[in-house]
Amino acid sequence: MIAYLLRRLVWGAVTILGVLLFLFWLFVLYAQPEDVARRALGEKAPPEAIAQWLVNHGYDRPAVWNPEAPLDTRLFDHLSRMLRFDFGASDADDAPIAARLRSGIGPTLGVTLPLFAIGLPLSLALALGVAFFRDTYIDRLGVVVCVLAMSVSILLYILGGQFLLGKLLRWFPISGFDPDPGLALRFLALPVFVGVLAGLGSDVRFFRTVFLEETGRDYVRTARAKGAGDARVMLRHVLPNAMIPVLSAVSLTIPFLFTGSLLLESFFGIPGLGSITVEAIQNNDFATLRVMVYLGALLFIAVQVATDVAYTWVDPRVRLE
Amino acid sequence: METHVVVNVAIAASVAGLVIGVALLRRSRHTREQLGGIGRRRPVATLALALYFAVAVLDSISWRDGAGAAEPRSIVDRWFPADFAERSYSAPLADVEFYGGAPLAHPGAHWLGTDILGRDVLHLALGGARVALLIGGLTSLLAIPLAILLGVVAGWFGGRIDDTVFFLLSTLASIPSLLLLVALVMVLGTGAVQVCIALAVTSWVSFCRVSRAETLKLRELDYVQAARALGASHARILWRHVVPNLMHLVVITFVLTFSQLVLSEAILSWLGVGIDGSWGQMIDQARDELARDPVIGWNLGAASVALFGLILAVNRVGDAVRDVLDPRTLRELQ
Repeated sequence: MIAYLLRRLVWGAVTILGVLLFLFWLFVLYAQPEDVARRALGEKAPPEAIAQWLVNHGYDRPAVWNPEAPLDTRLFDHLSRMLRFDFGASDADDAPIAARLRSGIGPTLGVTLPLFAIGLPLSLALALGVAFFRDTYIDRLGVVVCVLAMSVSILLYILGGQFLLGKLLRWFPISGFDPDPGLALRFLALPVFVGVLAGLGSDVRFFRTVFLEETGRDYVRTARAKGAGDARVMLRHVLPNAMIPVLSAVSLTIPFLFTGSLLLESFFGIPGLGSITVEAIQNNDFATLRVMVYLGALLFIAVQVATDVAYTWVDPRVRLE
Repeated sequence: METHVVVNVAIAASVAGLVIGVALLRRSRHTREQLGGIGRRRPVATLALALYFAVAVLDSISWRDGAGAAEPRSIVDRWFPADFAERSYSAPLADVEFYGGAPLAHPGAHWLGTDILGRDVLHLALGGARVALLIGGLTSLLAIPLAILLGVVAGWFGGRIDDTVFFLLSTLASIPSLLLLVALVMVLGTGAVQVCIALAVTSWVSFCRVSRAETLKLRELDYVQAARALGASHARILWRHVVPNLMHLVVITFVLTFSQLVLSEAILSWLGVGIDGSWGQMIDQARDELARDPVIGWNLGAASVALFGLILAVNRVGDAVRDVLDPRTLRELQ
């Protein structure tokens, strides 16, 4: 048990190191610093300005190996600062990245937490209903509707929601945000609604498959044989047993709660982490983008390790491996 | 050589490869029945997919009329008159411009109207099929062979090789895919090939994982052990016994990934780093048109319907492919 936990933790740390090395290669070795500077300062920037920018942002130091001072390299700088969460300044406007992220986390959670809290139970309930009516017309209709729903691009959900509910019916403001919680609710309703709707198709279909896999198991037959009704079998036997695959799928979406939805946030003008990422893309801000990718991966790995550890506790069979 | 000549050769080679591949598959009764089974299960979706494919191929074959012509034109381009453009928006089948009402150069000829630059929307929408095919085709050409090679070798030899491949896999898989995609496109630069490389980096993980897992399973099977006992080399066993027996999973993964690739490109287009001429770009350009008064809907409508139709057809056919090729699901159906 302890050995398993240790192995899992070490593996998580190794993966984080891998992500950091990949990001170093991508953003520091592959992307030419002169290009980054030119993108930040404009195509026609004078060479002195570019040289000064490179010095200011630490791009003039050796990348991997510095014979005079082995620790004064960009690789060491990158690793140590990322691990200490000291993110430095943006490439685009020199604003500190950490402060910007702190201001973005609130609005992001305002969108993603309701999205998660409404979307997950709703799609689980719908999937359970569809699985309950398996092999009937309701089931077939449900699957067709799911496939139709998941074939629509999320861009169209957003555009359609803004147009129908915002512009034509005037139920919600089309976009915007207010830090005051009472007013924020008005602005967050439409993005949350659109987000729930956009994810419903693929979620319901996936959860239905999970439930159907469980209904084929022996314990379901046993429950039926002892006289349990359809509804009781579904709610008391299938649902709890399906929770393990459901939870492992759901845990993978948790990083998204923090990195935020790029599309929802920037379409609806919510100043969260997703919007910060989109701005970084539009401003060619490599430093901010690198931090966002790192944080996304870090959360993903942390959640994965936590899920695996939780498994050993929920399901004793895992401990034996 | 000029770009359009290279593209023509590439398209000819791919179509020839596809025809030969299907002909080879049809030689065996088992695979012939499997191919037929897909069409029988989802006739409409298969037909729709074939239509999209045909338009994409016809739009990729282009040539110049004589030495004086500026741009090479594809077969689809030739369905429309040479200077089939207006000055700005015009409604479907309209005779006058949408704003101002100036007479059009081609009154009543634009079935789906024109966009802000006066380009024919039907023509643009048909052109999107070529980009979608490029996304699916080039990306899988880049991702699948390498993914299978690494996955099979890792699964077969195990040990340090497996650890290395698995480390690569889990590193890339732990970066949220949209963020990874955006980061890659930002660094590689925009352009069709760069976007396809970025999509390949994000999608090879699933192919490699599938091949590795299946190889681990196949390695223990009797016929593979028999081949080993007969003294077959590693390369021969992998090529003759392992790879053919995991191809069906790769095909399923490909069909299921394809719609994700096209939808991801639409998101990239919206972020301003997509491929020129894609439906995503049409949707992106149409964003402000819904805010206009009166609303301009034909541009967005054409791109959305075309995109939706393709994704729906791929999803439907994908289900059929999985049912036909994956015996486990097949057993569940019976």
